[in-house]
Amino acid sequence: MHIRSALFNNTIKPIFFVLLLLPTLLLIKGISFDTLGANSPEYVFHSLGEWALRILLLTLLLSPLRRALRWPQLLQLRRMFGLFTFYYASLHSLFYLWFEQSLDWLAIYSDIWDRPFITAGVLAFLCIFPLAITSTKNMMRQMGRRWKLLHLLVYPAVIFSVIHFWWLVKADITEPLVYAGLMAVLFAERAWGKLERR
Amino acid sequence: MDFDKNPGISENDITDYETYKKRRTFMKTAAGLGIVASTGLAMKSFSGDAKAKTSNYSTTEKTTSYKSITSYCNYYEFGTSKRDPAKHAHSLVTSPWTVDVDGECDNPGTYDLEDLLKPVSIEERIYRFRCVEGWSMVIPWMGFPLADLIKRMQPNSKAKYVRFETLYDPDNMPGQRTDSLSWPYVEGLRMDEAMNPLTLLSTGLYGKDLLNQNGAPLRLVVPWKYGFKSIKSIARISFTELQPLNSWQLSSSSEYGFYSNVNPDVPHQRWSQAKERRVGEFTKRKTQLFNGYEKEVAELYTGMDLKRFF
Repeated sequence: MHIRSALFNNTIKPIFFVLLLLPTLLLIKGISFDTLGANSPEYVFHSLGEWALRILLLTLLLSPLRRALRWPQLLQLRRMFGLFTFYYASLHSLFYLWFEQSLDWLAIYSDIWDRPFITAGVLAFLCIFPLAITSTKNMMRQMGRRWKLLHLLVYPAVIFSVIHFWWLVKADITEPLVYAGLMAVLFAERAWGKLERR
Repeated sequence: MDFDKNPGISENDITDYETYKKRRTFMKTAAGLGIVASTGLAMKSFSGDAKAKTSNYSTTEKTTSYKSITSYCNYYEFGTSKRDPAKHAHSLVTSPWTVDVDGECDNPGTYDLEDLLKPVSIEERIYRFRCVEGWSMVIPWMGFPLADLIKRMQPNSKAKYVRFETLYDPDNMPGQRTDSLSWPYVEGLRMDEAMNPLTLLSTGLYGKDLLNQNGAPLRLVVPWKYGFKSIKSIARISFTELQPLNSWQLSSSSEYGFYSNVNPDVPHQRWSQAKERRVGEFTKRKTQLFNGYEKEVAELYTGMDLKRFF
C-alpha cells in the first residue's frame, strides 16, 4: 500500500494528530461540563496515565502493522505517536507532582523510593524521556547507529508502565491484564519475526 | 472513554446542605404543629427525618454533596468501578429485610428490620469518611448507635467480637457471580469498638433513606476506620469469641488488616496513607490519626503497636 506523499502528509498525519489529541479535548470538555464523576481530579490523573500507556502500545503496533499491510509509510507516524505518549506521560507526571504531592519534594522523594509502583512509573518515564529529546531528524542523523540502540528503551518503558498500572490496582486486575496481554502479543510478534529472519 | 452517561440522578435530586437544613427545620416545625403526623408524611421513613436530632459527635466541616455521595461508591457486589453501584444497585431487593442475629448472645433470631428499628431513635451524625484508596467525604448520616442494638441482643461473656455479613444474593448482586472478593462480604469489630458511641448503624443520609448503592437498608459506619470496615446492606450479625476474618484481609492479608484504623503513619503496602483527596477538592490534604477521632477512640488501642495491628 502506498499513498501519495503529499496526501499522506496533508491528510493522514493531521487526522492522526487530531485523534491522538482527542482524549485531551474530551478531558477538557468533561472538566468544563462536570461530567467526570465525583472525584474528577483522580479521573483526569488516571486517564492521562492510561492514555500514555495506550498510545505507547499503539506506537509499538505500527511496525508489525506496516509489515502486515505492506505499508511502509506507517513508519512516518511513529515519531508522532511516540511524542504523544511522552505528552500524556508528562501531564500525568506533572499532575502527580503538583496535585497529588503539592510539590512537597521530600514526600515525593520518599514516595518514589518506598512505593514500588511509583518507582516503576518513574522508571517508565525515565525510559521515554531521552527518546523524546532525541526524536528530531537532526538527532537521528547525529547519533547514527547509537540512536537505534537508545530507542530500544521503548521496550523497558512499556514493561515498567504495565507493572506501574498492575501494582496500583486494588483487586480487579482485568484492565492491567488486558494491557499485559497486548504487550505480550507485540513482544511475541517481534520475537517470532526475528527467528524467521534468521 | 467511560464518561458518565447515566449516573441515575437528575439535577433535581441534588440537595445542597443549606436546603437540606432548611427542610429539616421545616419538618421539625411541621412535626410540632402536628402536620407531619396528620398527613402521615415521612413517618414510614426509616431515616425518620422529623424526629432526628443532631449529635455532639457531628463535625461542622462542609458536607460532601448528595450527588457525590450517591454516585461515587465502592460496592463490589455491583461492580469494581466507582460508578458501577449507582448504575446497577437498583436490582438489590431491600424490602422485606431481615437480619439474622446469632452466636454468643441470649436473644438470637431472625428479626424484621422494622422490629429492630422500632425502639431506636434515629439521629443525625455528620462524620468524616476516609477510604483506604485515599479519598474522603463528609457525610450526614442518619442512624443510631450500634451499642443500642447490641445491648438488646444480650451478648454473653464469650462474645468478644461482632461479625457482620452483607446479604448474599448472587441473582441480584452481579458482582457476587465474579471472584473479585469472596462472598458474602464480611466485616468485624472488637466488642469495645462496636460499643463505642461513635459506631453507628445507619439507615439514611441527608435526611433520606439510604439508596441501594450506599448500603440500604442498614449499614455500619465506623468513622475512625477505613471505609471498607463500614459494611453495607447487613443481613447477619454474629457474636463471636474469635476474631472474624474480614473480606479484604482474606483477599490480601499483607495489605488489609482486621483493625484498619485510619493512620497517616502506617502506609498501605503499596501506597502512602499520609494524604487524602476530599471529594470536591483538587489538591490533597493531610490525613489525621483515627480520621480525627483520636479523642474518642485512642484509648481503645492503648499499648497496641498500630503498625503491627494495622
